[in-house]
Amino acid sequence: MAGGINLQTNWSTKASNSISGKQFLQLFPAMAAISFFLIGPLTFILIYSFLTPGTYGGVEWQFSTESYLQFLFERDLITDELIFENAYLLVFLRSLVLALIATISCLLIGFPTAFFIATRSEHNRNMWVLLITVPYWVNLLIRTVSMLFILRDEGPINAALIGTGIISEPIHMAYTNFAIGMGLIYSYLPFMVLPVYASLERFDFRLMKAAYDLYAGRWSILLRVILPVVKPGLIAGSLLVFIPCLGAFIAPDILGGGKKLMIGNLIAMQFQASRNWPFGSAAAMILLTIVLIALTVAARQPRPGKEVA
Amino acid sequence: MMAGHAEKLKKFPGFLTVTIGCLVLLYAPMIVISVYSFNATRSITKWGGFSLGWYAKVFANPEIQRATVNSLVIAVSASTLATLLALLAAIAMVRGRAFRGQEGVYVLINLPLLVPEIISAVGSLIFFLAIGISLGLMTVMIAHTIFCIPFAYLPISARLQGIEDHYEQAARDLYANAWQSFRYVLAPMMLPGIVSGYMLAFIISLDDFIITNMVAGPGATTLPLAIYGMVRIGFTPEINAISTLMLLASLVVVTLSYLIGRTKRN
Repeated sequence: MAGGINLQTNWSTKASNSISGKQFLQLFPAMAAISFFLIGPLTFILIYSFLTPGTYGGVEWQFSTESYLQFLFERDLITDELIFENAYLLVFLRSLVLALIATISCLLIGFPTAFFIATRSEHNRNMWVLLITVPYWVNLLIRTVSMLFILRDEGPINAALIGTGIISEPIHMAYTNFAIGMGLIYSYLPFMVLPVYASLERFDFRLMKAAYDLYAGRWSILLRVILPVVKPGLIAGSLLVFIPCLGAFIAPDILGGGKKLMIGNLIAMQFQASRNWPFGSAAAMILLTIVLIALTVAARQPRPGKEVA
Repeated sequence: MMAGHAEKLKKFPGFLTVTIGCLVLLYAPMIVISVYSFNATRSITKWGGFSLGWYAKVFANPEIQRATVNSLVIAVSASTLATLLALLAAIAMVRGRAFRGQEGVYVLINLPLLVPEIISAVGSLIFFLAIGISLGLMTVMIAHTIFCIPFAYLPISARLQGIEDHYEQAARDLYANAWQSFRYVLAPMMLPGIVSGYMLAFIISLDDFIITNMVAGPGATTLPLAIYGMVRIGFTPEINAISTLMLLASLVVVTLSYLIGRTKRN
């Protein structure tokens, strides 16, 4: 993600000037557009999550916390009692677990890759970074479809395994949690490699030699010298993978075949087939809250650029 | 000797293997689907010789033709508008003096990147319906413009940060007015950043599925929506062909954007 989500800024936060008229006029169109067409929708989600669902979709303007209760409970039609119901909780748990697995896998693949790139010559590094960046800009839907294509029962992986006689029946990979996980890793792997690479690029590799001279072994250099330095990159990369995985829609929809729901699918369904807007809005609010918590944690991390400058 | 040893220290066993694995994971599915788009037979598993037949079918498909026109109209208008808004904002943020609340403005401009897409999607849907804009090409264009702004903003502001303001001052000293110094001095120097930002916004709009899926009314089907509809029915070689075409479009635009964005300023 060239630039991507970057909360770092290069101006002082202590500026005491107020905005000039000219600056305001220049900033106004973009700020007004985003405020109206993005903050507006977010506000509507918040409001709708506390309303009552309309009979034929839409909402009725009557305050209710039912949508939030619906996550954990089902209301008994006769006695009106709340009965614990874990179906939606399971959707959230599946999302959390899959997002976590994808993040850890991306860490395990992304760190060695970033390290390898950072130790190339300066000219080659740019080429490697471009190679890692390009897939991010390629259509996510099409990338996911191509992942489904190779995982299918009739796909090339199974065809090759059957052709060489290793297996006689195709291994069912498509439409499983495994497929969703693969899709998530595949979708967001560049988000891990790039920030980790950015922090490794600033690493002074002479420190490795210094540690070696002080009798540190190769792996203890990795653990005690390199990892502490790239920690901010690892945290940034993990968030950049974890957050979009948590709200993923395309991977579970295409690769899970609509059977293994994640939060993203649950939300989308409420505005399409199920037509329960307040419940969908409440689910969106819960997802947004988790994301905000994650971002706040990220923003509190020490900024890696500061001590270098 | 010592340098040689330091080089050896940087080599961890297995890291090269993981890197190759990473690239295979990123590229193999795209390469496989592209190769199979040239397969003469309908079978997915058997190679029946080279053929451009599926491409001919894609180009002759009227639904794909309509979707392509919609996609291009939306991408051109959304990325043009987003680039204009981002350019103005970048000038104020980078060229203007620092002001109170600037960090907040920065977050606001990048907010479309921070909010999960599915939330922007359903939010836009209920918002458009609530304020009485009926779903169609217009709503898709508006939604795309919003999420394209940060993608256009980042390369433009990065470029602007690399241009010292002596040039504009020199122009002003030579009696250029504000517009002339922008038009004849700053704009040409910023052009690579602007083009790069425009292209990224264009490709992001062309590729979007989640938000478009929610806010496109009937008649506003874009290419990703058409592909999604086809995949839902079942895998056909036409999907491979049209996917390959879109992969190619993204690759070309992104590589160009990268090369243009990197051109040396003189």
